[in-house]
Amino acid sequence: MKRLIIASLLFLAPAFGYASGGAVHLEESNIDLADKESLQRGAKSFVNYCMGCHSLQYMRYNRMGEDLGLDEVQVRERFIFDSETKPGNLMVSAMRPEDGEKWFGTAVPDLTLVTRWRSPDWVYSYLKGFYVDESRPYGVNNAVFPDVGMPHVLAGLQGMQKPLYGEAEGEGHQGPLEGFEQVSAGTMSPEAYDGMVRDLTNFLTYAGEPMKLERQRLGIYVLLFLGLLFILTYALKKEFWKDVH
Amino acid sequence: MSTESSGFLGWIDERFPLTKVWKEHLSEYYAPKNFNFWYYMGSLAMLVLVLQIVTGIWLAMNYKPSAHDAFASVEYIMRDVNWGWLLRYMHSTGASFFFILIYLHMFRALLYGSYRKPRELLWIIGVIIYLCMMATAFFGYLLPWGQMSYWGAQVIVNLFSAVPIVGEDLSIWVRGDYVISDATLNRFFAFHFLVPFVLVALVFVHIVSLHKVGSNNPEGIEIKKGPKGNRWSDKAPADGIPFHPYYSVKDMVGVVVFLALFSTVVFFAPDMGGLFLEGPNFQPANPLKTPEHIAPVWYFTPFYAMLRAVPPMFGSQFPGVVVMFAAILIMFALPWLDRSPVKSIRYKGILSKIAIGTFAVSFIVLAWLGLTSATPIKTLMAQVFTVLYFLFFLLMPFYSKMDKTKPVPERVTK
Repeated sequence: MKRLIIASLLFLAPAFGYASGGAVHLEESNIDLADKESLQRGAKSFVNYCMGCHSLQYMRYNRMGEDLGLDEVQVRERFIFDSETKPGNLMVSAMRPEDGEKWFGTAVPDLTLVTRWRSPDWVYSYLKGFYVDESRPYGVNNAVFPDVGMPHVLAGLQGMQKPLYGEAEGEGHQGPLEGFEQVSAGTMSPEAYDGMVRDLTNFLTYAGEPMKLERQRLGIYVLLFLGLLFILTYALKKEFWKDVH
Repeated sequence: MSTESSGFLGWIDERFPLTKVWKEHLSEYYAPKNFNFWYYMGSLAMLVLVLQIVTGIWLAMNYKPSAHDAFASVEYIMRDVNWGWLLRYMHSTGASFFFILIYLHMFRALLYGSYRKPRELLWIIGVIIYLCMMATAFFGYLLPWGQMSYWGAQVIVNLFSAVPIVGEDLSIWVRGDYVISDATLNRFFAFHFLVPFVLVALVFVHIVSLHKVGSNNPEGIEIKKGPKGNRWSDKAPADGIPFHPYYSVKDMVGVVVFLALFSTVVFFAPDMGGLFLEGPNFQPANPLKTPEHIAPVWYFTPFYAMLRAVPPMFGSQFPGVVVMFAAILIMFALPWLDRSPVKSIRYKGILSKIAIGTFAVSFIVLAWLGLTSATPIKTLMAQVFTVLYFLFFLLMPFYSKMDKTKPVPERVTK
């Protein structure tokens, strides 16, 4: 009976494999949540380049500071540029949402949880995926998010790139995207840009689940405790069941 | 009562049958001595029910059931409430584990014929518990007010509008609005808070009923009908052992192992790769933007797959809705469909074994199909496995009777 069930499950296993798999190829972000310096650089980039439009409306400045190893003075110096914002405030963009809709044709999303409903790899690839496309209102398109409303905010750093397509399968079709070719240089080298985008992705992944490292650390202790408890309860059970067997 | 206690306990016993209840349900409740792995599920499910209620109450202290604040209040719990993330992950993981346990618990009943006479009512109460659980889970899933919460509820409540004649009014009555809205969220929160206490009452009735008829066992032998007398009592079944301390200490081991599995998910994979917490649900509900692919949480997907497998007839989804609900309601008839002279799969023949194996595979495949988006080949698969699911029940009176069975021993030996 058991063999029958297992055999049927094995038979179905390949089908389960096909269930996953996305349409767009994503680059691996290789982030490290334990790297506090990377997180600090990412936070800095976020505040400088992204927060003009995007909020982290569930994240507080001081919580971020605490987790990233920065004291309140440092948080004020590095991330808060006006006198009204307090370290206990949520990280809300100064842009009015209705302006965002007017300028970009769609609501500007909050980014606190973006790595949780997309994925870190998605965010990383997205930030590297802008290319020249004159048919779009801001002259750029994105390989990961086609026809996105967002302009290439980091173009000054990355420069501009154009897409390279592979062999098309049929007449009138475009081949698959195979890579990019740099058309104008930015202030950063491609390696430096990758590093900066990786830090940004790392920070956004942190923001999506600030307690992730804490829960994993705690989980080890919980499992160790349960391991100990298992030995005790098992010995207790054995002792009692002596008279039954 | 023959044994009068004295002192404080005596004072209580004269006014409330405390010692009597303790004896009848624990220290002198005789359970078969051969319970195996499958018999942990019931007590573990009770543990999870308590866990869900306790974490749920603490979550409710910080959660705001309004369309405007719900999503943000969940993130507030995750970030600003002390240990809020732990409460939330325990609650979301607990929901999935509750269903895993109950599915295993029900499958145990199928394997060993625990639904057969004299346990028909016990089984029926169990199916009612399962229905209440599904209702609770459905109400609860709307509360985080994410995209999947919203659109999942939208799809399911729209099913009511497929009911002929009254459908449209019925779905508006359920939602309290023309679409899922603040009004819906408010009432779902109220029900999500209430129904678990109904569940507690039903579990109580389930156990009272169990202790009246006595527990079944992997052999399917009625120990109450066997010889009497064991080392604890002359009148107790010879193959029974007192629940307490034997099964109470055994269940403690089960609890620890279960908590280790549970904690592994809570602390290391609370999303379970998008299965326990779905990615799109980290986006706030947006009534104007339908997600590309709407799928309910995994524990509902077998029935969702059946719903999608049935093609619309006369321009109505109603047949699919009927099939989906029939898949659950048919379980009520199970005690009367099984005509086998034996209870346990151990003594049933090859036909019953093939039937139950096919049933298990159908359920799992349908669960997987319900998670993925439909393609023609998958729809065909869903149709085949839906038919197989129902054939397990509908053909049971025939194959269970025709099947060659082995003789059941009188005493529990293994």
